Amino acid sequence: MICAIGLLGLVLLMVILIWQAAGPSIKAFGFSFFFTREWDPVHGRFGALPYIYGTLVSTLLALLLAGPVSLGAAVYVAEFAPRKIKNILGFMIDLLAAVPGIIFGLWGNFVLSPWLAGSLEPRLEHYFGFLPLFRGPATGVGMLAAGIILAIMISPLITAVSREVLEIVPASQREAMIALGATPWEVVRRAVLPYARTGIVGAFTLGLGRAIGETMALTMVIGNRPQISASLFAPAYTMTSVIVNEFTEAVEPLHLAALIHIALVLFLVTLLVNTVARLMIYLMNRRVKKWTV
Amino acid sequence: MSYKLRVEALQAWYGQHQVLKGISMPIRANTITAVIGPSGCGKSTFIRCLNRMHEVVPGTRVAGRVWLDGRNIYNGINAVEVRRRVGMVFQTPNIFPAMSIFQNVVAGLYLNGIRGRRQLQERAENCLQQAGLWEEVRDRLHDTAAGLSSGQLQRLCIARALAVEPEILLMDEPCSALDPIASIRIEELMRELKASYTIILVTHNMQQAARVSDYTAYLCDGELVEYESTPEVFIRPKDSRTENYITGRGADTRPL
Repeated sequence: MICAIGLLGLVLLMVILIWQAAGPSIKAFGFSFFFTREWDPVHGRFGALPYIYGTLVSTLLALLLAGPVSLGAAVYVAEFAPRKIKNILGFMIDLLAAVPGIIFGLWGNFVLSPWLAGSLEPRLEHYFGFLPLFRGPATGVGMLAAGIILAIMISPLITAVSREVLEIVPASQREAMIALGATPWEVVRRAVLPYARTGIVGAFTLGLGRAIGETMALTMVIGNRPQISASLFAPAYTMTSVIVNEFTEAVEPLHLAALIHIALVLFLVTLLVNTVARLMIYLMNRRVKKWTV
Repeated sequence: MSYKLRVEALQAWYGQHQVLKGISMPIRANTITAVIGPSGCGKSTFIRCLNRMHEVVPGTRVAGRVWLDGRNIYNGINAVEVRRRVGMVFQTPNIFPAMSIFQNVVAGLYLNGIRGRRQLQERAENCLQQAGLWEEVRDRLHDTAAGLSSGQLQRLCIARALAVEPEILLMDEPCSALDPIASIRIEELMRELKASYTIILVTHNMQQAARVSDYTAYLCDGELVEYESTPEVFIRPKDSRTENYITGRGADTRPL
């Protein structure tokens, strides 16, 4: 009880301190900080919009890429894989989930980016170039690379948690479906997944949290240019990256305050995204109350 | 009366442990057959072999023949088809919590590819009526089943099993989680359903077996000790083990 309150107090204290440190920036820009695209340390004009955009879009892209793959992997490992393969795969997925971000960043920089620039991006532009998403110079450094790196980083986490969630679906649920004459795939689709959906959303939320907070790997592949471009090939910038890149060289008090202001925004965005995820779980559960089966 | 199901030399294993040691019994159509016996004697395994649910658990094995209308369900028939013809109601009401009452009833039809709204609705009403639940849920078909009592949930499971129009209904201790009044309600239901289905009931409750069943089989340690008409088994048991069990003098089982 005391520990819980203490923890809450600690978080509150952190917010207050960040708030205070961001004071000059909050005073200077107020709400327009959220909507300003300019980031000009020389003239002392700061806006967070490109960073918010970069973080949200790269995260969304990562979820879109990682979601189906992770869920598929979790279903395979939990439901279909023979026991031996299941153990090996499960172990490897858990291991992958623990690899530090910087390693993914290095790999992204030296392997993924050149491949994107030389191979995938020109092809995407050739076949899907009619969409603004896939137009522009193929540099291999930008939003697409960031999304892919993030997807690779969060999919082990989503897979591992989803798998646990699928494995605790009671046998009675599966048997009920089997007894109605369901094929193994129908058992998964109609009994296991619906039963586990709250937990799966939870797994995705965890992945989302990691994606939003990820810093190093992204900084190495996203291109670090504060712009909002429709093209996925174009460089972008995220909130975490700008903080880590500029923190040491921010000599102007306003510059430093603006960076801390971004940290505050990041905090709020994380809070918001998690609240929305919680709300989704709540709404799903309200429609279907739980009882023991 | 014709035989709906003929079990021949049925053996079943969990890993190395043999649970059923060669059971042969014919089961007549449109009757209720009660399977009784001490815990661990293989009752549940026995009926789980009749719709090929036993093999769902990894490491299990089955040998022997089960003839359903003259066709061996372990040879040449798809397990999925067997389960559509031999329905099952479980010990605990295992309703699908993510579905509404209506969706629960028609879940099996949905699997069969029946999607017509009107058809599903008709069948749902019909099955809920057969399960004696229609009047109680007609106004909240599209709500979740969360508000139902466990007796109602179990009847919902019965309705769900009936919806795919099985020929045989296996009931694995369907009343063990229910209070006496809800149990009596299920027993009445079984007697009504007997006209259209062949029912095989596993029960721990000797009174229940005596009240509802036409035939009683006493299983002990994986073997069929006695199988006769119910009055015969309860009034004049031939085997002393059966007599000891039904009179409560203790079952002759070796330690598990």
